[in-house]
Amino acid sequence: MENIYLTVVLSPLVAALVAGLFGKQVGRMGAHTVTIAGVATSCLLSVYTLYSMLFGDLGTYNGTVYQWMSVGGINMEVGFLVDRLTALMMVVVTFVSLMVHIYTIGYMHDDPGYQRFFSYISLFTFAMLMLVMANNFLQLFFGWEAVGLVSYLLIGFWYKRPTAIFANMKAFLVNRIGDFGFLLGIAALLMFTGSLDYGDTFAAAEGIAAAQINIVGDANWSLLTVACICLFVGAMGKSAQVPLHVWLPDSMEGPTPISALIHAATMVTAGVFMVARMSPLFELSETALTFVIVIGATTALFTGFLGLVQNDIKRVVAYSTLSQLGYMTVALGASAYAAGVYHLMTHAFFKALLFLAAGSVIIGLHHEQDMRKMGGLKKYMPITYWTSLAGSLALIGFPGTAGFFSKDALIEAVGHSTIAGSGYAYFCVLAGVFVTALYTFRMFFLVFHGKERMDEDARHHVHESPWVVRVPLVLLAIPSLLIGWPTIGPVLFDDYFAGAIFVAAPHDVLAELGADFHGAFGFLLHGLQSPVLLLAFAGVVVAWYLYLKNPLLPKAIKERTEFLYRLLDNKYYLDDFNEKVLARASRMLGQGLWRGGDAAVIDGALVNGSANAVGWIAGKVRRIQTGYLYHYAFAMVIGLCILIAWFIW
Amino acid sequence: MLTLTHYLMLSGALFAIAVAGIFINRKNMILLLMCIELMLLAVNFNFIAFSRFLDDTAGQVFVFFILTVAAAEAAIGLAILVVLFRTRSSINVKDMNSMKG
Repeated sequence: MENIYLTVVLSPLVAALVAGLFGKQVGRMGAHTVTIAGVATSCLLSVYTLYSMLFGDLGTYNGTVYQWMSVGGINMEVGFLVDRLTALMMVVVTFVSLMVHIYTIGYMHDDPGYQRFFSYISLFTFAMLMLVMANNFLQLFFGWEAVGLVSYLLIGFWYKRPTAIFANMKAFLVNRIGDFGFLLGIAALLMFTGSLDYGDTFAAAEGIAAAQINIVGDANWSLLTVACICLFVGAMGKSAQVPLHVWLPDSMEGPTPISALIHAATMVTAGVFMVARMSPLFELSETALTFVIVIGATTALFTGFLGLVQNDIKRVVAYSTLSQLGYMTVALGASAYAAGVYHLMTHAFFKALLFLAAGSVIIGLHHEQDMRKMGGLKKYMPITYWTSLAGSLALIGFPGTAGFFSKDALIEAVGHSTIAGSGYAYFCVLAGVFVTALYTFRMFFLVFHGKERMDEDARHHVHESPWVVRVPLVLLAIPSLLIGWPTIGPVLFDDYFAGAIFVAAPHDVLAELGADFHGAFGFLLHGLQSPVLLLAFAGVVVAWYLYLKNPLLPKAIKERTEFLYRLLDNKYYLDDFNEKVLARASRMLGQGLWRGGDAAVIDGALVNGSANAVGWIAGKVRRIQTGYLYHYAFAMVIGLCILIAWFIW
Repeated sequence: MLTLTHYLMLSGALFAIAVAGIFINRKNMILLLMCIELMLLAVNFNFIAFSRFLDDTAGQVFVFFILTVAAAEAAIGLAILVVLFRTRSSINVKDMNSMKG
């Protein structure tokens, strides 16, 4: 199997190199052919891996393929840990990536950076696969940073736009903060175990839990709690949790396919995946779990509100991504790792679908993203309409869709959790359902129904997208609608993740749910009676009333609640806070260090100062050099006399 | 009876005269060269005196070599002096201060 795993990882890399380095030689056609072939190979082999695990007798693979170096007893290796969790992630990543590759042919058709774009998204697939297939922290960190790098490149893909440059810098900096925590977490674990390997670390988990460290003063902190919270800070950066979520909405400056691939389906789920992978550690620290659940719940609800006031179609989807990532994080905090990963999987399908559909609308309207200039697109773009409907229904958790199964199970699991903060989280995720339904269908109605608000010229040119765009939409709509039926039982309530995810018995909320679980259909019937469904329907009805039935009302509400609207429109002033307080403070600190430390001390005193001192002394000493031979001879003889006197005495 | 001390004193006196010549003379470059030769001769004198009194002929062999080298040096020095005179039309020591800092 080792060769298969190597092929899975390396074929996108090779494709990316070919398309990136030899873009001119292979041409546009060659670039998309080679990258799609590479990712398709990965996808097929991933599916084969998952298939053999489910229906064959393929077990967990854990091995080193290459030893990079060994320093001070620490082995730095490239290795793969492929269990069922990894296999699931591999399939999701490569499938969504494949769809996005195909879609890109249509979306980026006229772009001069066509080859570069294909190279980047293939490289991204490689990085993400390295991340999920890692069997040690070093490789995890490599993948972690590599996806960060590629996302930086892709957000700033249109590098001539100042806003794109600003957005990619912001994404990079915010991710840096998270990565700093992540690195500290890895270092804390490495300090205790002396090994980067997952297996060794998990085996030592009990010992780490018992260890104490001093960070500030005399207070003793549990090493495991500190390490887990640090690791989760990394996840907060990558998975865009409050307060490190600010980069994700701005990252919509990039082309739409990467919004679908990176900022919805794969990269942002890296944090969720990582926490699930580290479940043996997180399970032993209730404090860390509480931290996770509170952050997740806050993200789930409060970023959802922001989606209500956005006018840019992609930003609405971006905020819904934030909110859904919050849901996944809540599940992790409630120890329902399987539910979190399950929601991750379904979300990857329907969110990629929604993004690609948004992209299709944007192409149809010639790169118009403002929803106030859309409306009534249903009759112009039927395929986009129906696939968007599928995605929207899945997102709000309409009974029977994939989103319903994952979200309902997730919310139930949170309801059963007894960990500190779970009450708050339960409230947030329930309220979040209503908000989700409201902003999703606000977007849906504004775009596809109602009056046609685009100008006359644009209306004539509205057209359905080419087949390379429609095919991925349809292929993603199918799992968005149906994947819940066959998978919910095995993934959530059987021992699908046995060995991959560890849940301590007192936290095992999914086992409690599993006791009542009698097949997907029973789950559906049970879900029909839950408040979740009512809230979702209420959201849709409110959206229908506000944006179709009585379109003047939202404006009136906006005027009545001026303060609230401004708060939301300015994203809780968090961006301003970051820019005016944090960024300003660090800029001032930097300027102080530059002026005071660098310019004054290092340049002024040390470098130029020593040069000036030498010059000054030389200026004085040069007067001794008269140029007369007899003066030199005199100095020599006197010196000789002194030396002789020295030696004789 | 002449002892080793007498020879060494003569040699020291010659050396001192040569050094004094270098300091005091501020005019003629040729005098400088001659003073340097005189220093060498003073040193050679030591060699020969020691060779005679310690009964070791190696010292006299050294003197041959040193004299040969000194002759060559003097030749080169005079040649340089000629070139110097051609370029600067002077061999006055006081004029040669182009190394002044």
